[in-house]
Amino acid sequence: MVKYIGKRIVYMFITLMLIATASFFLMQTLPGSPIASYNKLNDTQKAIVEKKYGIDKPKPVQYAIYMKNLAKGDLGTSFVFKGKSVNDLLATRLKPSLILGAQAMVFGTIVGILLGMLAALKHNTFWDYGSTFFAILGISIPSFVFASLLQYWIASEWHLLPVGLWNDGWKSSVLPSLALAMGPLALSARFIRTEMIEVLNSDYIILAKAKGANGFEIAFKHAFRNALIPLITVLGPLAAGLVTGSLVVEQIFAIPGIGEQFVSSIMTNDHATIMGTTLLFSAFLILVIFIVDILYGIIDPRIRVAGGKG
Amino acid sequence: MKNKKWLLLMALTLVLSMFLAACGGSKNEDKPAADGDDKDNEEATEEKQHPKDEDGEPDAEQVLYLAESAAIPSVDSSIVEDQVGFNVLNNINEGLYRLNQENIAEPAMAAEEAEVSEDGLTYTFKLRDAMWSDETPVTADDFVYAWQRAIDPATGSPYGPFMMSGVVKNATAISEEKMEVSELGVKAVDEKTFEVTLERPVPYFLSLMSFGTFYPLKEEFVTSKADAYATNSENLLSNGPFVLTKWDGTGDSWTYVKNEHYWDAENVKLDEIHVNVVKDSATAVKLYQDGKLDRAGVSGDLAMQYRDDAEAVIQPETSVFYFKFNQERGGEKTPLANENIRKAIAKAFEKNDMADVVLANGSLPANFLVPTNFAFDEDEKDFRELSGDHLEYNVEEAQEHWKKGLEELGVDSLKLEILGGDTELSKKMDEYFKSQLETNLEGLSISLKEVPFSVRLDLDGNQDYDIQVSGWGPDFQDPISFLDLFVTDGTNNLMSYSNPEYDKLIEDSKGELALKPKERYEAFAKAEKILLDEDAAIAPIYQRGLIFLHKPYFKGLVDHPFGADYSYKWAYISGK
Repeated sequence: MVKYIGKRIVYMFITLMLIATASFFLMQTLPGSPIASYNKLNDTQKAIVEKKYGIDKPKPVQYAIYMKNLAKGDLGTSFVFKGKSVNDLLATRLKPSLILGAQAMVFGTIVGILLGMLAALKHNTFWDYGSTFFAILGISIPSFVFASLLQYWIASEWHLLPVGLWNDGWKSSVLPSLALAMGPLALSARFIRTEMIEVLNSDYIILAKAKGANGFEIAFKHAFRNALIPLITVLGPLAAGLVTGSLVVEQIFAIPGIGEQFVSSIMTNDHATIMGTTLLFSAFLILVIFIVDILYGIIDPRIRVAGGKG
Repeated sequence: MKNKKWLLLMALTLVLSMFLAACGGSKNEDKPAADGDDKDNEEATEEKQHPKDEDGEPDAEQVLYLAESAAIPSVDSSIVEDQVGFNVLNNINEGLYRLNQENIAEPAMAAEEAEVSEDGLTYTFKLRDAMWSDETPVTADDFVYAWQRAIDPATGSPYGPFMMSGVVKNATAISEEKMEVSELGVKAVDEKTFEVTLERPVPYFLSLMSFGTFYPLKEEFVTSKADAYATNSENLLSNGPFVLTKWDGTGDSWTYVKNEHYWDAENVKLDEIHVNVVKDSATAVKLYQDGKLDRAGVSGDLAMQYRDDAEAVIQPETSVFYFKFNQERGGEKTPLANENIRKAIAKAFEKNDMADVVLANGSLPANFLVPTNFAFDEDEKDFRELSGDHLEYNVEEAQEHWKKGLEELGVDSLKLEILGGDTELSKKMDEYFKSQLETNLEGLSISLKEVPFSVRLDLDGNQDYDIQVSGWGPDFQDPISFLDLFVTDGTNNLMSYSNPEYDKLIEDSKGELALKPKERYEAFAKAEKILLDEDAAIAPIYQRGLIFLHKPYFKGLVDHPFGADYSYKWAYISGK
């Protein structure tokens, strides 16, 4: 297991380096200059500013410098936030996104699993249809629509929670988290339902029933565990996406998060920030995939992460 | 079966409630849409200005909640290049002059009006007894240092060379590294006397003195902070009405607190202003309605929805938008090099509908380049009265020019591309142009290219477009701020337009007419006529307006036609 983890970590670093390389060169193809006032500067000024930001050097040299700094954990200086390091920028912007993503994930998954189980156990009843309907809504309606609806009814009309902004403590995080939670909620409800219905009809469950196991035991001890594997496969990348890709929801609730920052850095050609954010997102995704792989082994002992002799 | 019916009912109810919710944002649903009547709109514009009148006693609590549309990239006065940065600077710092409530530059850090030499080349400013927020005095050396820092190529200031070149003595040479920074035409005669020598007489020089780049900087403080200077509110020094606090350098919120050491602190009524970045207009409106904001910008479709709201105010701006006609693309002449084709397009689209129905945000149709209510001659007469209208909408004339143009080119149809922005509003506008031009000019087919701003800058820089929707907001109060853009090889020209007569008029306005205000304005009027009526080098579209929801108790806000957008110095709360 230790050897497996070690190997995986090495691969993770290699993947990250490849992503950094690819995105570095792709970014050079972006039209326009990262210097916002480029058109206002005379040629001498342009040369000086380009030198200041190190973009006067040939691309391979810039790449080498970038990778060297990256190895030291330095993501460079933002072109837009003058004098600010990308590390600082990401650090301040990551927190709200992490909070929202984590809350949405936990809430969405737990409620989704419960709904899915209910649907499976009460197959072809009102509960089943109700939860399926809910899941279809959750999947087909984008999170920003939920965000607008929640904002309108719960905040603007009923004044139960803040309309937006990030200055009201935990209350500020409730509505955006709920809006984001609809995706994972619907997804987990659907997966658990399908998997559990299949599992519940399998021979070993019939045997367990025959042996006198009660409903709770069957649901949690036997069926649920088997239904979890496919769920984890999809929830992993979804978790990374939630933390990093909640830009529309962040914008609707005026939350200073990372998703929103990523888009504006692309619009302003802020190379260092684009690179930093891309790497952060990639690292997150790679880490999640790694955790998912480890979880497989824990949930289903038949899956041997380290290969071995089974 | 019973279950299925129930399910259907539930689904229908949910879908219906969503539609209702989506429609529920407005309280003005039944208000009629714009009818395109100019006069009504003009009257409405006049009525809907900010509640500036100083009626009503200020409340005991003077705390304001505002929104900005973007985070602050920098508040280093030598580096600032964006609107939010200039807004912050204008409220936490102060230059020799400040725009007053009537938007006239009046002495601020200067104790009295500047003394100007007869040849208009030397300005002497006596400084008032003013303090920095660390209780040290503001001195002439602070100005010398700030100006030298802004022109020093090593600083990489975007506005320093842009504002000083050709204005302050030796600025151009220094910015090109051909001269030492110390040779800039600025001098501290004594601790309280600052002297500036100009390259040539500059009639609008005093209005520049309210611009952020020319603000003072305390050398000792700036150098002690080194790279950390102005990267957060702790590393800043103020000499203006407010002090910036709770700004971490990248965050989406900050606070202005009244600067007790400001020389005019007794006239500053607000104690605190809390600002949050809200990029989504619909969210800003909801926060406003929820009482979390005292003022909210309304844009896009919401503008039309809210412009008749009792609390809506229209803020006319001085940015003008126009078509740039590119006469040379990829080294070859475009059909737009033909004067008749340009004139045909310039006259073939209805501007009133464009402003009232498509934009619907208080924008005015424009038959000019220099905006209305911006530049005034010595008799306080608006430049627009002097210069009149140009390139008005006229389909018959447009079609005549079109026919002639096609003949001259020897073709019977043309395909042209309009380059525009990728925002909802830009797209709507582009569709309108396409429909108007294709309907009114037979044989014209328009393709639309809608790209982000940075891409547009790139295409503009390479002259890789046919027609571009472009705009300009002035940095100082003079027609030259607009007219200088289109001289041969001008920085914003980038469309191969060249007319020696036009160039000469603009050059004369800077040289022999610099000290003859009347003749100078006449030259500007003549230049504008050449640019628009004679050459149709560009085709004006509209002068931008903005709509805000503004609480009636929020009084005294001053919005400026150039430089920073707002001054909060005189703002206060009364009757909340």
